Amino acid sequence: MKFLILLMAGTLLAADPVILKMCLRSEPKTFHPLKADEEASETVRFLTAGTLLKINRKTQLPEPSLAAKWKTADGGKTVKFELREGLQFSDGTPFTAEDVVYTFQQVAAIRSGFTDSLRQGEATPVATVTGKHEVTVRFAELTPGWERLIDGLGMMSAKSPLGEKAVMGAFMVADHKPGQYIALGRNPHYWVRDAQGKALPKVDQIRLDITANRDLEVLRFKRGEVHMINKVEPDIYQALATQMPEAVRNAGVSFESEQLWFNQAGKAPIPAYKLEWFRSPVFRRAVSESIQRADLAKIAMKGLAVPGVGPVSPGNTVWFNQKLTADVYAPTVALEKLKKAGFQKKSDGLYDAGGHRVEFSIVTNAGNKTRERLAAMIQADLGEIGIRVNMVTLDFPSLLERITRGFNYEACLLGFTNVDQDPNGQMNVWLSSGATHAWSPNQAKPETAWEAEIDKLMKAQARTVVLAKRKEMFDRVQAIVHEQAPFLYLVHKNVLTAVHPSVRNSLVTVLFPHVFSNAEQIELQGLGTYRTAR
Amino acid sequence: MKRLAAGLLIALALAMVAGQFLVPARYDQQFRESTDALPGGDHPLGTDELGRDRAARLLAGARVSLLLAPAASVLAIALAAMLGLSAGWFGGWWDRVVTTLIDLMISVPIFLVLITARAVLPLNVSPISSVMITFLLLGLLGWAGSARVIRGACQTHLNSDYILRALASGSSRTRILLVHLLPNLWPVLRTQFILAVPGFILDEANLSLLGLGVAEPLPSLGSLLKELTHLPSSANWVGLAAPALLLAITVGAFEFLLPPKEGAS
Repeated sequence: MKFLILLMAGTLLAADPVILKMCLRSEPKTFHPLKADEEASETVRFLTAGTLLKINRKTQLPEPSLAAKWKTADGGKTVKFELREGLQFSDGTPFTAEDVVYTFQQVAAIRSGFTDSLRQGEATPVATVTGKHEVTVRFAELTPGWERLIDGLGMMSAKSPLGEKAVMGAFMVADHKPGQYIALGRNPHYWVRDAQGKALPKVDQIRLDITANRDLEVLRFKRGEVHMINKVEPDIYQALATQMPEAVRNAGVSFESEQLWFNQAGKAPIPAYKLEWFRSPVFRRAVSESIQRADLAKIAMKGLAVPGVGPVSPGNTVWFNQKLTADVYAPTVALEKLKKAGFQKKSDGLYDAGGHRVEFSIVTNAGNKTRERLAAMIQADLGEIGIRVNMVTLDFPSLLERITRGFNYEACLLGFTNVDQDPNGQMNVWLSSGATHAWSPNQAKPETAWEAEIDKLMKAQARTVVLAKRKEMFDRVQAIVHEQAPFLYLVHKNVLTAVHPSVRNSLVTVLFPHVFSNAEQIELQGLGTYRTAR
Repeated sequence: MKRLAAGLLIALALAMVAGQFLVPARYDQQFRESTDALPGGDHPLGTDELGRDRAARLLAGARVSLLLAPAASVLAIALAAMLGLSAGWFGGWWDRVVTTLIDLMISVPIFLVLITARAVLPLNVSPISSVMITFLLLGLLGWAGSARVIRGACQTHLNSDYILRALASGSSRTRILLVHLLPNLWPVLRTQFILAVPGFILDEANLSLLGLGVAEPLPSLGSLLKELTHLPSSANWVGLAAPALLLAITVGAFEFLLPPKEGAS
């Protein structure tokens, strides 16, 4: 009888677990920390993996994590990490210097986008134990910006029977129903404490529901069934701002941009005279100067963006070239430049020296209202100088086919997602041999002098350790891109997120992940109301 | 009622033709200082999110959709009538061929066919050509459902007492087809036509996802109807609901104007 009463009392007094709920837009392809290459897997990695150091998402600077401190030597090729003592993986296995060595061995053994970024050619960084709690990592070549790579390198246990499932992060994968959800439980051995010395994380579980439908995600957010949305589109943000003004968070200018480029690929199946326009910097600059970027930011982006400047957004405080500004709207000047280049404005439009009407199509992905608005406004702006633009929306696979394989397009409007603060993360875009050198990819050798100069500068900055020197070189790259306009940067979008009023301590940052970079510190308030929101 | 319907359709046709003189701006003119404006003196139905006059866009969209959707419907129903009627009339192997064709058309996802069509079309197509191609494709591909209905109706009539009596009284097959069968199938054709018009208008709007259909800056009723999704967060419910109202009035007017459903027997 006594036992029964105790059991009943225990049941009544036991608190429901506090569950923080978010959505993933796709199923993670892997839970392996070294294989995570796409956003869903990276989200799980971020929440579960422990790393030697972390990039502070607010200051954008590295700070200690599993390594209490580190020191570089050998001109930057060698880094000596001093590990914290007494730490354990989620299954209780002690964390030792051997685990760091094992993790680097796994980097050498596993091929993935992430491990490729840590390699230099076929050479991988080599880690050796140089003290009881000390590991020395030697990079084969100078690796500027190595800190951001280490920030993503989740430590793996060499001895745990759970293998990569034993983690050092605040959470661990507790349950996974493919296509439905991933439940991340509290790591009982997580080593970080809050300012009062209490164990972290503060919530018992993070539930990541797999929901591709953004409308459904927003609907569930409004009902309190989802607590945070990591990224929302301007339309949704504006609607939410009206309905739940306390829930929307604007973190400021992101690293992302919307941009327009002309197809300059030699093998493109487009008329030669059009290719000639697109390869002319005068033409590209004239188009750029005829676009009212301030209106694009104000109207198409609902005021939630700033006019596009160049390859690096002003949100990237470390690398942005402060000397650059967005092109000023000057259609008359643009038209004068075009006239000097042989173009002629007639009553029914603009014609080139060969008598061809200046008309081209802009392809963009269907269903993206923001891009459709941007394209419609550009169409109107270019109409003012006599250029006729036909807008074509395509389903994404068809669009990718055209811009990456068939090159059967004239101009493309698309956004580039850039989560990497360091210019080395954009190597594939700027090197003329790169597959994402969108306007003319995979060049055997640079087709123009300015592309050759960019190649040279990008390679040189990648071999330089001193930040100021790298910045100087990358500033020049930004200036060249601004002058030559292979990409016409239209707007830099703001980081727009939504955080339910029941969430406390969420740090909203420009860097990914925007709303849960301090997931272990996040609390839920008003539990009577929001615990039931499952 | 018929007169009212006719009057409405004539008024609409006039508005579509003379639309540009009735509204204060072109459908593609962007008043960027007056985006999302409420209905008022300058803009009777307000402006859209790019500052374009909603009334001008409604009239231009109506001109596009209410000319091309009925045309596509006529094409689709003509094809459906030809195949459905012939299948029902001749029966046998031809009926099996047509039925198989109908099943094939219904089972093959039409979107795949349209994606293929988009892939072979050039990108530099003017907005009006794009929308005309779309309605033509809809007409050519959208007959299967109606053909099945018409075939079924044809078979029902051929087995009915009045046809048997006509055959017994020595009527020729031509007379039975022209005097008895076709007039009795008229209500079916009429209903299929009326159902097809709004269906094609909405299909055209959905096809913009495939890069077919109306392209900016040209509006269509379908593209304007899609903006109804903004209704919960917009104060301009008049401007947003106007296309739906216009479509309902037009389809309703057609319903009253076309000859009644009762066929001759």
